[in-house]
Amino acid sequence: MSDRDPFIEGINAGWQSIDASKLVADRDLEADVAIVGSGAGGGIAAEILTKAGLKVVLIEEGPLKTSSDFRMREADAYPQLYQESAARKTRDKAINILQGRSVGGSTTVNWTSCFRTPPTTLAHWQREFGLADLTEAGLSPWFDAVDRRLGIRYWDQSPNINNTMLRKAGWELGISVAPIRRNVKGCWNLGYCGMGCPTNAKQSMLVTTIPAALAAGAILVHHLRAEKLILEKGRAVALDCVAMTPAGIHPAAYRVKVRAKHFVLAGGAIGTPGLLLRSRAPDPHKLLGRRTFLHPTTVAAALMPHAINGYAGAPQTIYSDQFLDNVPVDGPIGFKLEVPPMHPVLFGTTLQGFGEMHRDLMHEFANTHALLSLLRDGFHPDSPGGSVQLRDDGTPVLDYPITDFVWEGVRRSWLVMAEMQFAAGAKRVYVVHEQCSGYATMEEARAGIETLLLKNQLARVVSAHVMGGCGMAADERRGVTDTWGRYRQLDNVTVCDGSLFPTSIGANPQQSIYGLAARNASRLAEELTRQPAPALA
Amino acid sequence: MPTRRQFIKAGLIGGAALTVAGLFYSRGLKEAPVAAVSPGLTLENRPIIAAIVPAILAGALPESDEARKKAIAQTVESVGIAIAGLSAASQKELEELFTLLGIAPLRMLLAGVWPRWEEASPTEVSEFLQGWRGSRLELLRSAYAALHDLVLGAWYGNPDTWEAIGYPGPPEML
Repeated sequence: MSDRDPFIEGINAGWQSIDASKLVADRDLEADVAIVGSGAGGGIAAEILTKAGLKVVLIEEGPLKTSSDFRMREADAYPQLYQESAARKTRDKAINILQGRSVGGSTTVNWTSCFRTPPTTLAHWQREFGLADLTEAGLSPWFDAVDRRLGIRYWDQSPNINNTMLRKAGWELGISVAPIRRNVKGCWNLGYCGMGCPTNAKQSMLVTTIPAALAAGAILVHHLRAEKLILEKGRAVALDCVAMTPAGIHPAAYRVKVRAKHFVLAGGAIGTPGLLLRSRAPDPHKLLGRRTFLHPTTVAAALMPHAINGYAGAPQTIYSDQFLDNVPVDGPIGFKLEVPPMHPVLFGTTLQGFGEMHRDLMHEFANTHALLSLLRDGFHPDSPGGSVQLRDDGTPVLDYPITDFVWEGVRRSWLVMAEMQFAAGAKRVYVVHEQCSGYATMEEARAGIETLLLKNQLARVVSAHVMGGCGMAADERRGVTDTWGRYRQLDNVTVCDGSLFPTSIGANPQQSIYGLAARNASRLAEELTRQPAPALA
Repeated sequence: MPTRRQFIKAGLIGGAALTVAGLFYSRGLKEAPVAAVSPGLTLENRPIIAAIVPAILAGALPESDEARKKAIAQTVESVGIAIAGLSAASQKELEELFTLLGIAPLRMLLAGVWPRWEEASPTEVSEFLQGWRGSRLELLRSAYAALHDLVLGAWYGNPDTWEAIGYPGPPEML
């Protein structure tokens, strides 16, 4: 029930949770395993390694916010729960990145969409990166375990109207659509997953693996930024961290040094390469931080003749892979179709224009449908993605020039989305581009979209999924990690997050991360304890 | 957001203006008041944000003079809070942008706004924003995008604005 906050109850019952912003002196910590980052990868690793009997310290740069903090208000949620107040951007500011930043990482704020790594993606990895053990059959026991642990299953309530419009468009046009599986238990169907689940129904790391790890003796330290690994003779001997001030933007005065036998890096595909770059980790083939991928995402809004109320109800329950499954994976860029939840700040800041024009669009907020195309980057020779670099202050930034290869897909996705929205009954379609003032018919849209300039900031490109940067490969000249996530040049460092992926996933990545993390953390537990790893579920 | 260096690289301004800018910039930084009323707001950026808010929110702000003034003031405060929640790097970039816009010759050259910010009309500010929005220079477009997001985020984050767009707000949790 919503008035219970199991995390706070756990802390009151003796879980060890340290708020580093409250430190009054430097501190040393010792552990068998230090895990950096408490999102999808770090959460899964924390449960498995702790239950294997290892002493685990789990480090999170963001704050600890729990269900009693989740008030379903964007003005509270974005600064508290997202990297850079949900305004994280690529270096040239052309792509806004929604990425989580609190205990539970992006799993605390994601929209609960679960997909196993698509077979097409795995086949491409085998072909291009030699990842022979990452097969559909080999991974399926891990995905099954994750399904059980996190309650992942088909959504058993009706999709909201926003999702229904995607289904309707698919049916009208003969475009395949399918239901999305979700990691929820007893979901209230409120629609506020992106602001932290107020009812603890979402089976994020915040309510599943992290509590399990803490109950088994792990130590959580939040408001603590991992600055660098101290390396000696091909090993990491300690992790040098700095406490953050309560607001979490600036470092505070005190430092924490964590000594551990093994280090698991799970700070996400911007954070993990950033930490390794700051640590000057050996990188003989100049691969570290390279091939970092987003799903560059385009948006189309449509004015419907009836209420959509896209703020209410589970945000994502229908998708289409029509434009992924029926095209060559390494041809022109394919895209997945989904809808976003509609909330005033998210929508109002994404929408083009200002003044009366913007006001007029916002007046139709409740009748507006929105569609997303998530572009599957990284499968073609002309799609190298981006690279993680360090700013002068040591913080990481993703340099991600939008190439002509991606731009071509951007325009194609606008055409598809407009056609679908008209098929679903739209009176007017607006692709999110500064030069678009809306189209009343598909003919108008076709002509208009052809003329839109493909330029940064004119076309609004957004993203939620960050992948790669510490890519796996069989050959050390192609990837800094192997399929067990081991960083090749360091004996006791394992990468355990989305930065392992050698391309984008072509689907919302949370389950891909959970599955790979479960597999790799189990192997690590066995190596460190010489015992069989505990089952996740 | 563009940095000062990027502005200069963009070749927008001549040597004389640069010298003036440099002088003002260094003096401005030295004399910049540390204590701001709200986090993220300074004596330098406040009048600029206060001029931009009514232009971006034209048509959305309340009509009566008093309510309008109050709504603008409240939005300016919220923009300040939003700025304070950005990364240190983004805050620095914004500070540089506002410092430049606060220097009269650069305000005229870059934004085409001749009166002081306090006296600029919404139409003049609106023309400046339109110019940056469609500019051929990427850095001006990205500066526009930042102002767009800050102001509209501050506005629609405020529950008072929800009724006008038919958003009932989050459900009551009992």
